[in-house]
Amino acid sequence: MRRLTVLRSPVGAASAVLLVVLVLLAVFAPLLWGDRAAAIDTDAIGQGPSAEHLLGTDQLGRDIFYRVLVATRLTIGLALLATLIGVVTGLVLGSVPAVLPRWAARVVTSAVNIAVAFPGLLLALFFAVIFGTGTTGAVLAIGFAIAPSFARLTQTLTASVSGRDFIAAARVCGVGGFRILTRHVLPNIAEPLVVNATLAAGSALTAFAGLSFLGIGVQAPSYDWGRLLGEGLNRIYVTPAPALGAAVAVVVAGLAFNLFGEAAAAGHRQRTRAVTGETPHPAGEGPHDGLLTVRNLRVTFPGGVEPVRGVSFTVHDGEMIGVVGESGSGKSLTALAVSRLVEHPGTVTADTLAFNGKPLHETKDQELGTRLAMVFQDPTTSFNPTQRIGRQLAEVSEVHQGMSRKAALRKAADRLGAVRIPEPEHRTGQYPHEFSGGMRQRAMIAMGLMGEPQLVIADEPTTALDVTVQQEVLRLLAQIRHDRSAAVLLISHDITVVAQTCDRVLVMYAGRIVEELPTDELFEAARHPYTTALLKAVPDMDTDRDAPLAVIPGRPPEPGEIGPGCPFAPRCPLADEQCRTEEPDLTTLRDGHRVACWKSESELAGVR
Amino acid sequence: MSELVFTGVTVRFGHRTAVDDVSLTVPSGQVVGLVGESGSGKSTLAATAVGLRKPTSGHVRADGKVQMVFQDPYSSLDPRMSIGNSIAEAMPRGTNRKAEVARLLELVNLDPGRAADLPARLSGGQRQRVALARALAGRPKVVIADEITSALDVSVQGAVLNLVRDLQRQLGLSMLFISHNLAVVRYVSDRIAVMKDGRIVEEGPAARVLDHPGHEYTRALLAAAPRRTTRLEAS
Repeated sequence: MRRLTVLRSPVGAASAVLLVVLVLLAVFAPLLWGDRAAAIDTDAIGQGPSAEHLLGTDQLGRDIFYRVLVATRLTIGLALLATLIGVVTGLVLGSVPAVLPRWAARVVTSAVNIAVAFPGLLLALFFAVIFGTGTTGAVLAIGFAIAPSFARLTQTLTASVSGRDFIAAARVCGVGGFRILTRHVLPNIAEPLVVNATLAAGSALTAFAGLSFLGIGVQAPSYDWGRLLGEGLNRIYVTPAPALGAAVAVVVAGLAFNLFGEAAAAGHRQRTRAVTGETPHPAGEGPHDGLLTVRNLRVTFPGGVEPVRGVSFTVHDGEMIGVVGESGSGKSLTALAVSRLVEHPGTVTADTLAFNGKPLHETKDQELGTRLAMVFQDPTTSFNPTQRIGRQLAEVSEVHQGMSRKAALRKAADRLGAVRIPEPEHRTGQYPHEFSGGMRQRAMIAMGLMGEPQLVIADEPTTALDVTVQQEVLRLLAQIRHDRSAAVLLISHDITVVAQTCDRVLVMYAGRIVEELPTDELFEAARHPYTTALLKAVPDMDTDRDAPLAVIPGRPPEPGEIGPGCPFAPRCPLADEQCRTEEPDLTTLRDGHRVACWKSESELAGVR
Repeated sequence: MSELVFTGVTVRFGHRTAVDDVSLTVPSGQVVGLVGESGSGKSTLAATAVGLRKPTSGHVRADGKVQMVFQDPYSSLDPRMSIGNSIAEAMPRGTNRKAEVARLLELVNLDPGRAADLPARLSGGQRQRVALARALAGRPKVVIADEITSALDVSVQGAVLNLVRDLQRQLGLSMLFISHNLAVVRYVSDRIAVMKDGRIVEEGPAARVLDHPGHEYTRALLAAAPRRTTRLEAS
């Protein structure tokens, strides 16, 4: 079904219809009108358009309209044949380097690289001279002219797939080079290749018409559109119709191929691309009792998928709060919604979403930019690789605080010093790649400190880092909180990291908070079966090495799979009928401890 | 006997030395955990054992076949090939493929009826089990596990670790278990080797390395590993 997506766009559908018409004409026109197109009528030589001859007649009195229709077969057939030759040659040239010995591969690659440098039509003319004038020569010429760019495309795509682990895995298993190519590489690059072959067919068609028009393509008595165009052109000032008929046919067919290819390519891009765009839409107002107040926050995507389903929590000044959850639990989207960074087509709604006592959607960008700092997981992709670190930090203050360039740069150096980066003045002049991973993450935090942040949201800030560096970054966050009494919202999949650094933990599962409790109660008083299972399932430095690790059966549900009932019920040892049909609300157990579970404390004590 | 022995292995990329004169033995039927920071050369060392990279000098000797399980189960399985075919591909010639695929899927606790599924229909944990089954299909004596739980959700990580431990004991495999997560390495390993800047700075029985670390870097790693009982305060 996936392959039919191209037909859903108007351009794709229209070009597909045209292609079908062309194919029907190619198959049936010579059968139906072959005789009429060949019929010589000495009484009607060189006539203009008339009711009898729609596009007039040629030097021998043959009807040009029917000749154009009949020529469809030869024109399309030759174009496709040339494309086939080009694509197969290109495919071979592009993929053999993967299986050849290194020196031979290099020779082939260089040859392709040189050939790519010449324009296709020039190559076609060159080959046409070599192969001689005539249909065979022209087909080979255009085929070989297409080959280099196709070979290059195949090479590039092959290279991108060859780096993937499944190729290495197959190699380790002893799978041969040729088999890897046919079984693993080609199927994974087929889609873009097919799209490009369609585009190549369009250009082959026009190139072929060009060659025939110049007289080095199809030779009389055969005729294709190019040849008809050439014949008609001689008298275009007397009767334009004969030349225009063939010209229109070339244009329409060329467009049909190209547009279909473009539409297919667009469909392909759409499937491979992640969601982009932006329309954050926070709404609502309510009591403002903390630095960050979130009530009934929801993030929805088209198709009814709701990865965040009614999340409520409060962050007070100077508090450090941990959000724990697995991938798909909605923890990162919650953070993005709070920072107004949820991208289109995601929609954010909430009964209350207030920062510093003001609804978030009324907060000015400038204020948010300086009062709220965001630290992402991967410091490598969070910096612009082509700009000096100092510039990127300074930009924050230039834009949000209206500082001069020089003052902003001085502040950047000061902040780099604050996150304990040695020689900060010197470091401001360096590029991101000159920083180590931990250093980049600290620079990212320093960027957050360019304003006067009251809240630092750190989304898996240490996941990409090594333990020793992780500890430094976590210490730094604790330090910022201590020195500036800023609140920190630390998002992590690692419950041990959160337990070590935070005051309170929010445990998220399937888009909801299932438990909220103070960290010092985490190991003794956690109530939700998911929290307790998680604590047992993750090995730490004190785990019993002789006992098997506790296992949570099954897997977390995808955002689209959540039905009625508690989403953890399928994996929960305590689940009963009520759990499977009704979703429990997050209810307050005692001060600072909330849990969403139907089971009573005595039952839960049994699983802990 | 199925040892894996690295002798004076050095790997250079241009001027950079990724692995520097490493000698390490994975004794028959034991698990050696290899810890170290990213970029310390762990994965490069593993690549020399399965022939994905040639050592610049030194050599690797293994008695019997060596197989490898990769970090990311989302990229280590061909998305266009059914999991049954992926597993069968690694089998020696002349095996009854269908029966063997079913046996291996059973072994890693997956329904043999899913052999025709494409990887996209499996969760991360299930994919990693398929990758494990594929590694076992080649009847290896030595298995290299390179960060195999790093890409998994924490709630499924435990199941994969249990499985790895069971299979290793059941089949008597020798295993090089690479991870940056000290707690995970501690849980599965008989011996622990610590790598830094391409060199093995310490190696020994797990209990000894963890309780009485000899190298300063090992001590730093142990001190930095997050623990439940300690709180990290602003320094």
